[in-house]
Amino acid sequence: MTDLTSFSAAELAGLVARGESSAVEVTQAHLDRISAVDDRVHAFLHVDTEGALAAARDVDSRRAAGEPLGPLAGVPVAVKDVLTTKGVPTTAGSKILADWRPPYDSTIVRRLRAADTVMLGKTNMDEFAMGSSTEYSAFGPTHNPWDLSRIPGGSGGGSSAALAAYETPLSIGSDTGGSIRQPGAVTGTVGVKPTYGGTSRYGLIAFSSSLDTPGPCARTVLDAALLHEAIGGHDPLDSTSIPAPVPDVVAAARLGASGDLTGVRLGVVREFAGEGAEPGVLAAFRAAVETLTKLGAEVVEVSCPHFRYALPAYYLIAPSECSSNLARFDGVRFGLRVGDDGVRSLEEVMSATREAGFGPEVKRRVMLGTYALSSGYYDAYYGQAQKVRTLISRDFATAFDQVDALISPTTPFVAFPVGARTADPYQMYLADLFTIPSNLYGGPGISVPCGLADGLPVGLQVMAPTMADDRMYRVAAALESAVGPFTPPAL
Amino acid sequence: MTTTLPAYDEVVARYEPVIGLETHVELGTNTKMFCGCPTDFGGAPNTRVCPVCLGLPGSLPVANRAAVEATIRIGLALNCSIAQWCRFARKNYYYPDMPKNYQISQYDEPLCVDGYLDVEVNGEPVRISIERVHMEEDTGKTLHVGGATGRIHGATESLVDYNRAGIPLVEIVTKPIPGAGAMAPEVARAYVTELRDVLRSLGVSDVRMEEGSLRCDVNTSLNLPGEQWGTRTETKNVNSLRSVERAVRSEIIRQASVLGAGGRIIQETRHFHEDTGDTTSGRSKETATDYRYFPEPDLVPVAPDPTWVAELKAALPELPRLHRRRLQQEWGLSDLDMQSILNAGAVELIEATIAAGTTPTAARKWWLGELSRRANETGAELADIGATPKQVAELQGLVDAGKLTDKLARTVLEHVVAGEGSPAKIMVDRKLEVVSDTGALTAAVDEAIAANPAIADKVRGGKVAAAGALVGAVMKTTRGQADAKTVRELILERLGVQG
Repeated sequence: MTDLTSFSAAELAGLVARGESSAVEVTQAHLDRISAVDDRVHAFLHVDTEGALAAARDVDSRRAAGEPLGPLAGVPVAVKDVLTTKGVPTTAGSKILADWRPPYDSTIVRRLRAADTVMLGKTNMDEFAMGSSTEYSAFGPTHNPWDLSRIPGGSGGGSSAALAAYETPLSIGSDTGGSIRQPGAVTGTVGVKPTYGGTSRYGLIAFSSSLDTPGPCARTVLDAALLHEAIGGHDPLDSTSIPAPVPDVVAAARLGASGDLTGVRLGVVREFAGEGAEPGVLAAFRAAVETLTKLGAEVVEVSCPHFRYALPAYYLIAPSECSSNLARFDGVRFGLRVGDDGVRSLEEVMSATREAGFGPEVKRRVMLGTYALSSGYYDAYYGQAQKVRTLISRDFATAFDQVDALISPTTPFVAFPVGARTADPYQMYLADLFTIPSNLYGGPGISVPCGLADGLPVGLQVMAPTMADDRMYRVAAALESAVGPFTPPAL
Repeated sequence: MTTTLPAYDEVVARYEPVIGLETHVELGTNTKMFCGCPTDFGGAPNTRVCPVCLGLPGSLPVANRAAVEATIRIGLALNCSIAQWCRFARKNYYYPDMPKNYQISQYDEPLCVDGYLDVEVNGEPVRISIERVHMEEDTGKTLHVGGATGRIHGATESLVDYNRAGIPLVEIVTKPIPGAGAMAPEVARAYVTELRDVLRSLGVSDVRMEEGSLRCDVNTSLNLPGEQWGTRTETKNVNSLRSVERAVRSEIIRQASVLGAGGRIIQETRHFHEDTGDTTSGRSKETATDYRYFPEPDLVPVAPDPTWVAELKAALPELPRLHRRRLQQEWGLSDLDMQSILNAGAVELIEATIAAGTTPTAARKWWLGELSRRANETGAELADIGATPKQVAELQGLVDAGKLTDKLARTVLEHVVAGEGSPAKIMVDRKLEVVSDTGALTAAVDEAIAANPAIADKVRGGKVAAAGALVGAVMKTTRGQADAKTVRELILERLGVQG
């Protein structure tokens, strides 16, 4: 029998449903794989062996009793450590939450449990989701299974690397500026940022509230769609959640897998298809455009003139919101407390706690945001950035008058060596150059593997209008059927 | 501190005060502003909390529709325009009783703006302009222990109770009120009184200043006639209507004293002290705190449907001022009589007493007489005196039925106030009922006549006035429970004398 870790989530769900494998067998196979490779990959911050096996046993006994089970029953899933899990450590990659066990489940995790999936554990990430390489994790970087000397992208590098290393068939990420799509691209996996408000943020430790979007990660487009369907939809606990059903992403993925894109109009974002990206990335992207054309899509070039301002606008809005969101980490109610010696004042204890608990990138962004929001600077920075955001949304609206979806490379460069970009924050920020516009606009985006450059994966990004997530699944599934699969070398 | 303060009359003859009031109202919703935790008072510390009001990582607020509705109704009652679209904002500052280290409030987009409230000061109408009415969440409570004063200074540790964190608050801000002159303290009090009555009539809050469900900050400044408004101070900890008046008066005198000595007023927060009637310096506001306000990204904008707002407006109750005018007519009272009822805060009590079946005259007599006297003695609010309108009506009913004399009724009322139960029960339990059994009374009369033969003879001889001594004797033996008039008639009858 083939190793259970090599199957897709859809296949595993079938095996369990038909009784050909038990949920415990499937879970144990993935736990064994984690034991075998994670000391090298470091995708996980916490493996919940007991919890996972208990959940798997529960699925098996309920199946044996003939009870109805969810469509992903018995399928393992790994969760980015930014989502709260009741009683299971949740750190957001930060020392300041190193020992925190939340008293409640995030909505996403609650829905994963309701779907009878098996949660394996929590995955590594840049601290508070701020970064593009997982090198800013307080607990050490994750390594890219394609080349362990390279980064797996970020901030959700753990979730994507775990997929590429076959430690899990499904994982959850969160995407504020590209933290699902960019790791997906550089690990040769699929990463989806749903429409903002299409997946609940309740229990997602906030980085930038108006941008943060939890979403599915998988090795195949169909698996991502199945996971998307399980976690998506309106949540009364999140005021910004959209009160509408999830678009039929599973049907769209199945339709796309037929490889026919006749009648679909795609727009190449002119501003993202030339300078700024590595030649190997551009070559793979152009080849993918040709493939899409062969599949029947009509591909035209579209200009989005304000996208060039997306990165600076993002680096005002996201830090501003994070400066406020991270204020609650003060050592008073939960998490790390430093310097409480009965001598230091409250303010000194708060200050010492934050000094010791936050890493350099978090401090940098909190300071940037505090400055941008301060009296006298607000209009020039935060106010201006919001105007840019409106202009970018208009670019999208204009583009979607002409085409069904936009395409671009997901990220300008392939996985870079560990340490290559940590000295210059701006070089790191560029990793999200192509993914940030969708966050500012609120529409969905998907990264799907489209080729290799120097033996490393390149991702194609498909961006769709808000609440038209199904469109991008169709395009991504069609491309996947024509170019895949891309399998990393054995670990 | 200066030992000789200038006289108030001199101060207001020289300076013109400008006042302004910021009032925080705790709404009486069942649940908190942004989560489902109960708002009821008195739970053990940190038992009315959840991830949202504790600000735990990952938690998100959802606005309470009932609180939005209450705020709109307050805005409508205060003649404000209701925003068709507005947002919450974050007010960022660090304090341990604020779980998120920011308060969700409203900043440049309040829900209600530009209204007014008409009040009466000594019978004269005064219109107070309202700048804004907005929603926000309350903070927790910090308790400093181990020190002598209960203040943070000298405390060995601080305890925080988050039960109050997230209770819905509405802040009502007036525009500056110039031109009140010497009447500024009365105007401030009249405004808060009227506002409290409006809020109570809307049923949105229990508006108890002592418990903090209605909190008032008073801004005061002084200027010379024709000159620019002076620097203002903000007086907090003003916890009763009387204190509002006293705080303004005290701050006017203090500022005049500083200015008179050639000093300048520092923009600061001051604390009012109930015991001394003084204010003392709190936090300086000279270096303005930068709250880094920005629109709250976790909440969608509030966009009340105009039809809904119109429905709320149509369903507003009769507001206190109009209500009072109607009552005055119904009760047939003079302006002066009505004013004394208002001053005593007895309108609703009297109204309820009449509703329980007694006449306006009698209801007014009890509440403004005996009960007001007791309230003044104990310093309690009339409403908290311990007697209910229903009990007062019942008491008057016993008087009307001849079962109690006025004097006996006052005795019964004392026991009612002491919490011994209904007037009828007290009358029976304490054997206070008028002795109307003529047999028993005749025996007492005969006994008095027999015991005082000399006086009896005088009366028989035509000195009817001498009967008073016999009445007194009978009243003594019946422990005051006989009707004096009846006793007198009986004595004269037994002695065969015409009354």
